[in-house]
Amino acid sequence: MDITVNILLTIATAATPLLIAAIGELVVERSGVLNLGVEGMMIMGAVGGFGASYLTGSPWIGLLAAIAMGALFSLLFAVMTLSLATNQVATGLSLTLLGLGLSGMMGTSFVGQPGERLPNLDIPGLTSIPVVGRLLFGQDPIFYISIALTAAVMWFLFKTRTGLTLRSIGDSHTSAHALGIQVIRYRYLAVIFGGACAGLAGGHLSLVYTPQWVENMSAGRGWIALALVVFASWRPWRVLAGAYIFGAVWIGQLHAQAFGIPVPSQLLSSLPYLATVVVLVLISRNKRLTMMNTPASLGQPFVPDR
Amino acid sequence: MMRLELVKRPQRSMLFSALSPFIAFALTMIAGAIMFALLGVNPFNAFHIYFIEPISQTWQLHELAIKAAPLILIAVGLSVCYKANIWNIGAEGQFVLGGIVGSMIPVLFPQFEGPLVLPLMLLLGMVGGAAYAAIPALLKTRFGTNEILTSLMLVYVAQLFLDWLVRGPWRDPQGHGFPQTIQFGDSAILPELMPDAGRANWGFVFAIIAALLVWVLMSRLLKGFEVRVLGSSPRAGRFAGFGINRMVFFAFLLSGALAGLAGISEVSGAIGQLQPVISPGYGFTAIIVAFLGRLNPLGIVAAGLVLALTYLGGEAVQSALGISDKVARVFQGMLLFFVLGCDTLIHYRIRVIGLALTKPEAAAKLEATPKLKEAR
Repeated sequence: MDITVNILLTIATAATPLLIAAIGELVVERSGVLNLGVEGMMIMGAVGGFGASYLTGSPWIGLLAAIAMGALFSLLFAVMTLSLATNQVATGLSLTLLGLGLSGMMGTSFVGQPGERLPNLDIPGLTSIPVVGRLLFGQDPIFYISIALTAAVMWFLFKTRTGLTLRSIGDSHTSAHALGIQVIRYRYLAVIFGGACAGLAGGHLSLVYTPQWVENMSAGRGWIALALVVFASWRPWRVLAGAYIFGAVWIGQLHAQAFGIPVPSQLLSSLPYLATVVVLVLISRNKRLTMMNTPASLGQPFVPDR
Repeated sequence: MMRLELVKRPQRSMLFSALSPFIAFALTMIAGAIMFALLGVNPFNAFHIYFIEPISQTWQLHELAIKAAPLILIAVGLSVCYKANIWNIGAEGQFVLGGIVGSMIPVLFPQFEGPLVLPLMLLLGMVGGAAYAAIPALLKTRFGTNEILTSLMLVYVAQLFLDWLVRGPWRDPQGHGFPQTIQFGDSAILPELMPDAGRANWGFVFAIIAALLVWVLMSRLLKGFEVRVLGSSPRAGRFAGFGINRMVFFAFLLSGALAGLAGISEVSGAIGQLQPVISPGYGFTAIIVAFLGRLNPLGIVAAGLVLALTYLGGEAVQSALGISDKVARVFQGMLLFFVLGCDTLIHYRIRVIGLALTKPEAAAKLEATPKLKEAR
């Protein structure tokens, strides 16, 4: 029983960054913007979070710094694609390339330094309940944020007027503009929200998952988060399910390596990436589902005519 | 608060079309100067070390060619993809697969020697890269799977596959346990162009030839026209009878083959054996090269040389000033950002609108306009 709980806990830890980054990107894509810079914003969040935590000694300040770093970095993307109407695919790619370089440079002096881990929740009486206690009341704070965030985004997108407006912009920015909606302003906010989420996801990596700074420590998770959004056909609860499936794959291959299963470790390490490809193929075979849910103006630049 | 407003130009500006890469480069230099100043280094000194010293001697120019060759080869292929609005961003993986498949001959059949070895290796490298690129192309055409994500995911898989090969079945048994294959025999080594002057090898020649061929393809042949039409208007392309699926395969196979050729040229030229890592991110940097070169093969040659210099400069400032060589990545990323931003100027005029403009000021501006007309 204890082993099961432990495995479930590690799966949650692996799934949390994927979930947060994907939920953020989901909001961005629902507004009609494709930001391929998730990996870059995530790694910037990771280095910013670790750096702030290391310099101040408080992982909580690190957490805030990670969010701020991701949001600030996404602003760069927003100015380019929204104000200057640049190609979103190319700009997103350059955001990732710049993020990987910049984080490597900023983190040079952090390599090999011990980091402080965000403490797990510990409620006397509740956390010590057998089996469910640690699952429900004993995880890291970002885990709870991730669940709350998913619920909040679900509520926001489908139950509020602003959420409806955001989705309408994603489906037709020209019509939304004609109705007098401030398309660019909404999109700025969506992109910055996505950046803050990606930064938080990066902060989870360097403050909870492995509390230290390692170059390129996001290891493609930003890209997997992007795939998750497609996999979930832009539905928040499906992102939640998808993130936990991927978390399970990620942890499964680590456990398999630890148990010394006679399969090359490199093959096991490539499983999350192969699984992403397989899942993308499976989901895109269902044309109706994808067509129905893809925001219609996703990735198209918008320049309001005046 | 100020706001930017884009005003569409009636036609694309030829002036900014030509100037934009240079403006972007100038802006990168300014941003770079600020960065160096923040790092506590005299920017002029740093620029000298970064951009001038690495190319001040002949042998260094050869090093530049070695770095530029894979960048140009890959970027020329990618430019065809991007022109057609097909997003192959997995060139890094195709590069690795080209290196692996091309190395089959010297690693598995080391006793096979002679003038046939090298051409066969290069051919296999191209086949390997193209075959690996065919996977995302197939998934896109068969199932409509997003090629951006699949091609990128396959990069990680390719890197892990190479890692497994050189640590496992292909490891040199006499290599003292180092994760690498045997040193390639003489007939499997890409010859140097001018051995007395420097290390540059035939890879650079391949890059120039590929750039010229793709330039002819894109500007003189029907296929190039097809690429441009399908890229700018898929609907018009369909009416003209151009197959979008055929184009996806064409673009992926071409760019994959060129990336594979770059991979095997690097392995048999600059490295001489397989190692766990055979590329400092050429496949990703080539994306920047493609855009900086305006997706034009001849522009890409120039852009490839510039980006190659950022690699050399990064190494130079690391050894001279103790700055992380990641600075090269930062320069490359900034350059792409500024290029994309400056490209906006080709199609739009940018008006900066100060919201702080008070009402009387705005009224005065309005009044001033007709007066100007009268004065004329």
